[in-house]
Amino acid sequence: MTPDLECVDLVRRFGETTAVDNVSFSVPPGSFFSILGPSGCGKTTIMRMIAGFLDPTSGDIRIKGGTVLDTPPNKRPVNMVFQHLALFPMMNIAENIGYGLRRQGMARGRIARKVDEALDRIGLPGIGARKVDELSGGQKQRVAIARCMVLEPDVLLLDEPLGALDLKLREHMKIELKALQAAFDTTFVYITHDQSEALVMSDQIAVMNAGRFEQVGTGQDLYYRPDTPFVAGFIGEANRWKGRVDRVDGAVLEIRTETGLAVRATGAGALSRGDAAEIFVRPEAIHLAASAGALSDFDNRMHGTVTSTLFNGAASRVLVDNEVGETLEVTLPQTGEFANLERGDTVHVGWGAAQATCFAGTG
Amino acid sequence: MRSNARIGFVLLLTPLVLWLGLLIVIPHIDMLLISLRERISFGVYETSLTQYDKALTEPLYLRTFWRTAVMSVLATAITLLIAFPVAYYIAKMARGRLQQVLFMLCLIPFYVSELVRTFGWMILLRETGLISSLLQWAGLADQPVEMLYNDAAMMVGLVYTSMLFMVVPLVTTLESLDDSVVEAGYDLGGNGLSVLREIIIPHAMPGIVSGCIVVFMLSLGNYLTPTMLGGKDSLWFTEMIYNQFIVRSNWELGAAFGFMLLVLSSVIVWGVLRLTGRTLQETMG
Repeated sequence: MTPDLECVDLVRRFGETTAVDNVSFSVPPGSFFSILGPSGCGKTTIMRMIAGFLDPTSGDIRIKGGTVLDTPPNKRPVNMVFQHLALFPMMNIAENIGYGLRRQGMARGRIARKVDEALDRIGLPGIGARKVDELSGGQKQRVAIARCMVLEPDVLLLDEPLGALDLKLREHMKIELKALQAAFDTTFVYITHDQSEALVMSDQIAVMNAGRFEQVGTGQDLYYRPDTPFVAGFIGEANRWKGRVDRVDGAVLEIRTETGLAVRATGAGALSRGDAAEIFVRPEAIHLAASAGALSDFDNRMHGTVTSTLFNGAASRVLVDNEVGETLEVTLPQTGEFANLERGDTVHVGWGAAQATCFAGTG
Repeated sequence: MRSNARIGFVLLLTPLVLWLGLLIVIPHIDMLLISLRERISFGVYETSLTQYDKALTEPLYLRTFWRTAVMSVLATAITLLIAFPVAYYIAKMARGRLQQVLFMLCLIPFYVSELVRTFGWMILLRETGLISSLLQWAGLADQPVEMLYNDAAMMVGLVYTSMLFMVVPLVTTLESLDDSVVEAGYDLGGNGLSVLREIIIPHAMPGIVSGCIVVFMLSLGNYLTPTMLGGKDSLWFTEMIYNQFIVRSNWELGAAFGFMLLVLSSVIVWGVLRLTGRTLQETMG
């Protein structure tokens, strides 16, 4: 099947800096594709090139198999939901949604029907005569999407559209966006710096850093099987160690950290004895126990003192200082067993080698 | 406390009341009274509408009155047409330093008085002036060309004088237009013309209306430029007011002219506001 959107060796330079460095990806029809990265990583540049507001320095952008490099933005079969939505404040809601259709020269009666249909679809029937500033944040969001969707674009681009909303509404809109995407059955390309937005909504996520794609995969891939230290550090939380490989035992590596600990981990790349390595262990992969005996199954075991408990409902953590004085972040199980854990208590922690991912280090 | 607040309120209000009363309300009432009287003989006056009757029946007066109105509207329209692209460039295309420099360039001519600026135009346009000499030197004209003392020269002067008062409100409103709104206009299929018509101009409307009102009033009330650059046929209504007051010492007719001008500008401004569906508060405030 021809992908809806395909970028081939896309490069964009601004003077000396390379904002987008040889990025290739393809998005299958009807899927929700996210580009996730810290601000300044080049994701907005990719978006603007797809929309046509910027020309790539080199490379190709194909929509439904055909190149669109020579097509100006107003003729491209892609539409964009802007970061601050960019609804037209001088028009009412119906005029906003009908704007693109008027540009296509559609007859008034048909436009009115299509606008009503679109309003029904986003669950806001009868608001056509309202002004833009009479709507709430979430309603504006839906209108901005409807304004694009009436044009039936091949690809809908969304540039961090949830950034301006408050937390509760953002959580709600994540689910709603996913539902809208399914309802419209259109390819969505979504850019964000918020990992939870990307993880919740996307079929495929590309993690971007410094102009390059670090890894493209499903949320589970990125979370459980990161390819690079950047992905491991960017998606979710992690405790990190740096060290050198001491012993290779099949898939399991034994690493001597800079602080002198021996940690057993699984490697994400080929590593041999003496190589520099970096280890990532997620707080939720670490088991907490009152006695050392309960952790005998685990490859790595330590004990330490609780220095602080960070209560955050289901995502509560404890900070544990181990023998050598490093602070580990450990997820607090919500089973009640550790409800009375206090600062200064001695605890035992342990995790399996499979839960510790190890990458070739830089130092 | 209450009486203190009241004293403060009165003190704050006093300068405003004095300003409005002494400089605007009282002189206008007096002007109205002067315009409504007729001189019978030395020191004897009678209330009548003779002055207005004279002003409205004498062809020269009437013609000058309408000409001034039409030319002022025209000057306003030309100023808007020239200032809009300039303001758009300054507000949306220029960045950083360039933006400041361009804005300063618009402002700098206003550091010297209108009189000096108008003389500048005379130096350029007169028979022995720069442009005339240049044309002769280039062989495009075989004798000195007089470009002063006609309607075109006067229009140039009026537009030049009012430019800043159109550019400033336009730059201010255009700067508040979010770039992404313009981009959205293109993204959804608009071309340059439709984005301009449906998005940029509606957004800039408050600036356009307030700029036009200011420029129109400035042109209507301009005295220097029409006198210096305009020809014998380019009589401006303000010149006639001046003539009646100073040359002819006919204050009664001059006051009637003044009131006609006031009514004219009020009616046109009101008409423009009605036409664009705006109120004076949202345009000026």
